[in-house]
Amino acid sequence: MLKKRLIPCLFLKNGHLVRSEKFSYHQLLGDPIAQVERINSWSADELIYIDISNDDYYDLRRDDKKTKSMGNIYDIIERVSKTCFIPLTFGGNIKTIEDIKERLRRGADKVVINTIAFENTDFIGESAKVFGRQCIVVGIDVKINSKKEYEVYVGHGKISTGLHPVVWAREVEKRGAGEIFLNSIDRDGTAKGYDITLIKMIVDSVSIPVIACGGVGIFEHFIDGIKEGGVSAVSAGNIFNFTENSIIQAKKTLKNAGIDIRPIIKLVNHG
Amino acid sequence: MIAIIDYGLGNLTSVKNALDFLGIESQITNDIQKIQKADKIILPGVGAFGYGMENLKKLDLIEVLNKEVIENKKPFLGICLGMQLICKKSYEEGVFEGLGWIDAQVVRFSLEGEKLLVPHVGWNEVRCNLSSPILTGGNKEQTFYFVHSYYVDIKDKSVVVGWCDYGSSFPAIIQKENIFAVQFHPEKSQTEGLEILRKFSTL
Repeated sequence: MLKKRLIPCLFLKNGHLVRSEKFSYHQLLGDPIAQVERINSWSADELIYIDISNDDYYDLRRDDKKTKSMGNIYDIIERVSKTCFIPLTFGGNIKTIEDIKERLRRGADKVVINTIAFENTDFIGESAKVFGRQCIVVGIDVKINSKKEYEVYVGHGKISTGLHPVVWAREVEKRGAGEIFLNSIDRDGTAKGYDITLIKMIVDSVSIPVIACGGVGIFEHFIDGIKEGGVSAVSAGNIFNFTENSIIQAKKTLKNAGIDIRPIIKLVNHG
Repeated sequence: MIAIIDYGLGNLTSVKNALDFLGIESQITNDIQKIQKADKIILPGVGAFGYGMENLKKLDLIEVLNKEVIENKKPFLGICLGMQLICKKSYEEGVFEGLGWIDAQVVRFSLEGEKLLVPHVGWNEVRCNLSSPILTGGNKEQTFYFVHSYYVDIKDKSVVVGWCDYGSSFPAIIQKENIFAVQFHPEKSQTEGLEILRKFSTL
């Protein structure tokens, strides 16, 4: 049986790991590499990194702090891929085919594209043609707008698109997305649980795997995402950053709920 | 030295990283002389079949692969698309001729009405025949990471040494003499995946 996947999502800003809340507040957490080395030995099924650095933004406050910047995203990909033998997905600031190529060359397995997919819808198909569908995960960030309707936002939650998430999900599937990474802006960092209504709506409207993110505060929320939302994979950020042995605990919770999940494996050092 | 064939498709770095981690000497290359000198060959790859064959042709790699693997019997490991390329034919976005080392065709999962999603992405169990040298000593049931929409439909079931279920059973691992091939990604399947690469390196 194909197992449900548990996927930590790490948000990066200017080389630092951050905790995100409603896409607007970001708390610095430190070294993204140390975190991944813990996660690997804890049996995560995959790993997603989303780089939310703005090109025109530079966090000057960090210069006098203890946390050293890890430099650019490519250094991080290279470092992580040398020790982490699970699928690695990188998203953020992808604008060209060359951007994808470079991430893969450094050790990424898949990429998440988001804003560019909306700005240039052909980019989804073009990239899927070059790298294969399985490589192209389309990120869909959803917020409940002023009319109390679900709407897709791009530009890290800042730009309204006028698109309903179901319409957009079907479009990205048709154009060649291999998976959908669905995040709820309203739930991000709130620990209130997934937006199951949204998730179920998307799962029911496409036939590619959906990864749910946004809102997990307790491990039981993962069960809701799988059982009620019907997703192929559950993802979260903060719970993995703040809870010790979080992957092991999350997997135990899922297993006890009768969900078929990959057993916890200790990584043996063959070297 | 293991030659990891660079034909412009797929994530070669992952395979190289896994071999480095295991302390196995390897080189990412499409240089014919280097491939001739290598003890073993890995053909990795993700992406479309047609592109894959086209690139192998463009880089003049077909002749050297045939010579080293079929005539000189060098141990060969095909990974994912690399497994599919050694088949006779593929029906991925058209009809394409493959390397033809295995009498099989590459077809899409047809899962209509079964509520199964394509691509087949994630960790799935493989029922392993432990008599194969790349599986010996392991568990009968192992879990590997898959990501593909097409699978190898094979006539001669005796070359299948690992079966996986997705809708129906499909070959996850095949072995025909010195030719090994896996549909999943051993380089992305942690301990059990790395073990396959390690055993392959000792052949």
